[in-house]
Amino acid sequence: MGTVEIRPAPHIRGERTVEKIMLNVVYSLLPVCLFYIYQYGISALASMTVVTGACLLTERWLVKTGTQSGTLADYSATITGILLALTLPPGFPLWMGAVAGFVAIALGKGLFGGLGFNVFNPALVGRAFVQAAFPTAIATYTPSFLPGRFFEFIPSSLAWPLMMPADATIWLKEKHLDALAGATPLAKWKFEGVLAGAEELITSLSGHMAVGPSPLLILACGAYLAFRRYLDWRVPTAILGGAGAVAWLLYFFGPGHYPNPFFMLFSGGLILGAVYMATDMATSPVTPRGMWLYGGLIGLLTVVIRYYSGLPEGVMYAILIGNAATPLIERITQPAPFGKGVFGGARKGASYPLHPGYISREEAGAVTPKKRILKNKPKADERRTPNS
Amino acid sequence: MKLLNYFRGEAFQRGVHPPSRKEATADRRIRRLPYPPRVTVPLSQHIGKLPHAIVKVGQEVVRGQPIARADDWLSVPHHAPVTGVVEAIELKPSARGPWTQSIVIRAHASATQEDLWGQPRDLDSATGADILQAVWDTGMVGLGGAAFPTHAKLSVPKQAHVHTLVVNGCECEPYLTCDHRVMVEDADDLVRGIRYAMRATGAVRTIVGIEDNKPDAVAAVGAAIVRANAPEGVIHAEAVPTKYPQGSEKMLLMALFGFEIPSGQLPVSMGMVVNNVGTLAALGRLLPRGQGLTERVVTITGPGVARPGDYRVPLGTPLKFVLDHAGVEATPGLDRRQIILGGPMMGQAIASLDVPITKGVSGVLVFRHDDMVANDNRKTYPCIKCGECVESCPMGLNPSTLGMLAAKREYDLMGSGYHLGDCFECGCCTYVCPSNIPLVQQFRVAKQILRERAAS
Ligand code: SF4
Ligand code: SF4
Repeated sequence: MGTVEIRPAPHIRGERTVEKIMLNVVYSLLPVCLFYIYQYGISALASMTVVTGACLLTERWLVKTGTQSGTLADYSATITGILLALTLPPGFPLWMGAVAGFVAIALGKGLFGGLGFNVFNPALVGRAFVQAAFPTAIATYTPSFLPGRFFEFIPSSLAWPLMMPADATIWLKEKHLDALAGATPLAKWKFEGVLAGAEELITSLSGHMAVGPSPLLILACGAYLAFRRYLDWRVPTAILGGAGAVAWLLYFFGPGHYPNPFFMLFSGGLILGAVYMATDMATSPVTPRGMWLYGGLIGLLTVVIRYYSGLPEGVMYAILIGNAATPLIERITQPAPFGKGVFGGARKGASYPLHPGYISREEAGAVTPKKRILKNKPKADERRTPNS
Repeated sequence: MKLLNYFRGEAFQRGVHPPSRKEATADRRIRRLPYPPRVTVPLSQHIGKLPHAIVKVGQEVVRGQPIARADDWLSVPHHAPVTGVVEAIELKPSARGPWTQSIVIRAHASATQEDLWGQPRDLDSATGADILQAVWDTGMVGLGGAAFPTHAKLSVPKQAHVHTLVVNGCECEPYLTCDHRVMVEDADDLVRGIRYAMRATGAVRTIVGIEDNKPDAVAAVGAAIVRANAPEGVIHAEAVPTKYPQGSEKMLLMALFGFEIPSGQLPVSMGMVVNNVGTLAALGRLLPRGQGLTERVVTITGPGVARPGDYRVPLGTPLKFVLDHAGVEATPGLDRRQIILGGPMMGQAIASLDVPITKGVSGVLVFRHDDMVANDNRKTYPCIKCGECVESCPMGLNPSTLGMLAAKREYDLMGSGYHLGDCFECGCCTYVCPSNIPLVQQFRVAKQILRERAAS
């Protein structure tokens, strides 16, 4: 007999690995990316490449210098890069995109020690940084479906590092579009009181609207992930449910001032944030009840920031606040251990009552099953509890 | 899939679905293993006190004859598994690690090996106490793996009242099929055993919980129930949804009755007694003849076994003998394998092939080195807080946080704040963890340290 090896139990392992989870998220993001590139053309492609590249290079450098754990092979930096690029305007200057990518990984992740230790979603850290650093550039959207978008860069994309990007309005005038087309639906509503229609928002297909990646596509990809259980369905459900409920309440009690809840849900980055950002595993609670609380909090905060602050968009800050609250949420939503929760008697739908309906042998003999072999559930008279 | 389960009303919350891998042995009849030239019967095969040997070196024994007597309530006698001569009473390696006092018997090559010893009893008029005594005399322990003395489990404390006997036929561990085959082949013995157990405990109904991946076992037990037409009370065979760790007493009761046994209490406090099907089937066969437990059914399987199957193995048979017969030959050179006693989720890898099969061994699994390298080579990441472990822990603990505390050696906090004591080491959390963190392994260490601290 050869050598005997010893390992501790369990001796078999589940199929899931970190790499598999991350890779599936990357795959599910591909359709979203492709459509985004179709909407905005070569600028979007360049922005995505540069931002993701910056994230990967930063990660590589940090791992090499030993500042953080993990490897490139876990694909988490790829996800951060793609998500970050999707939240930036398509014509965002490329050098600023690179800065965003670097900050996302270095400050958002490496500083905390790498994968799993980060407190905030790295992509949102990167985005928050560039929003503070380059407020004009990040608010400058260009319309989608411009003619010639596959051959011509949006001029702002190619701005030299540390230079002011070219003014998009002039460029848009040349294309016979008014400057307003470059405002996002949320900004239009916030600053001009114009509400975009539902179809445009959902599909992002009509006209020259300055919208982000298609919400419908994101929902579909997210649903796929949730079905394969690569993301937790509770968080997006809670966020969208929370935001929808609050928006609906406000709409119902003050219709004049507030847009309909539908507009709330499908405009801006709420869907992207709910499906892909807030569900980031490392920064959301592990406890099931905590996930509901966390999602609800983000939904509520999003609507509140959108309505009552000077900013048109609130998803990013809502999620970052949710991230910060995660340890606290976890602490107050620890699962109840088996047999230590509130003892509420038997669960409904159990096969058998806790106590047999009969108490003596003689009675039991009266209900001995004769021919019920496979489906010999107790009869109704056995289901009675003795004292009730 | 979790999403669907929300609407389906599951047997019990959480848990995992490892691939069952029972195909190799599930449809084969139980075969008998030849008698080994030498058996080693450890005095310690169960939870509780050691019995003491009542045979001397050089003494002739016949199969079935008592060779060790129990003096303490929490202890069981042992019987000679083979006819032969006592060769030695000495320290021998055991599966748990430390060497233990064992009786070595050399088998007579020509002996018939029939059960020559027995004290047939008239059990039809026996009282509950008589039956308990008879159970004790068989040396029966829980054959599901826990090896807790069965007579102690069947005896009802004075202040308690037992109305239900639950028979555990779940066999939720992958690979194992010994209970399955016993239910299919020895269903009449099982029902007889159930009737004795009902009389001993005073239960008025019995529910045999069988996972629904064994429909033939449900049918066989159901048919045997009808045949027996038992006067003791109602016996049901119930299919429960397949899920690991349903074989745990608490989970099975949750699946059947939908209630949680309060932490720290036994099922008997709710008027229930739980026993394994293998145990009761063996009782049904042994009690009327008044014989002792000398053999048990063991599943021998795994990728490294040439002739997998369920075998009736004399207790004390050395593992090496068992494996030689099941077809694990020695090929010189690169020949590394792992041998596990029990199932792959909770079973224990053993270091020596000299250890004997004891009363609590339900399976012997052999994995080749190649089967295990995939696990060895998996990279371990920090916890990514995916929440998988929280969703799979049947006890409702938070293994993610517990794991982080274990890494920081905060054992006291684990025990006081995060219910470490409730963990029964089922391994679900380690099984699902995508970061490959050895969670349950850390919890075992932590529990041991807490126990030592409490003792000192
Ligand atoms: S080993 Fe313990 S902590 Fe892990 S799943 Fe099982 S009971 Fe829960
Ligand atoms: S399964 Fe592993 S990675 Fe996921 S939360 Fe639990 S310990 Fe962390």
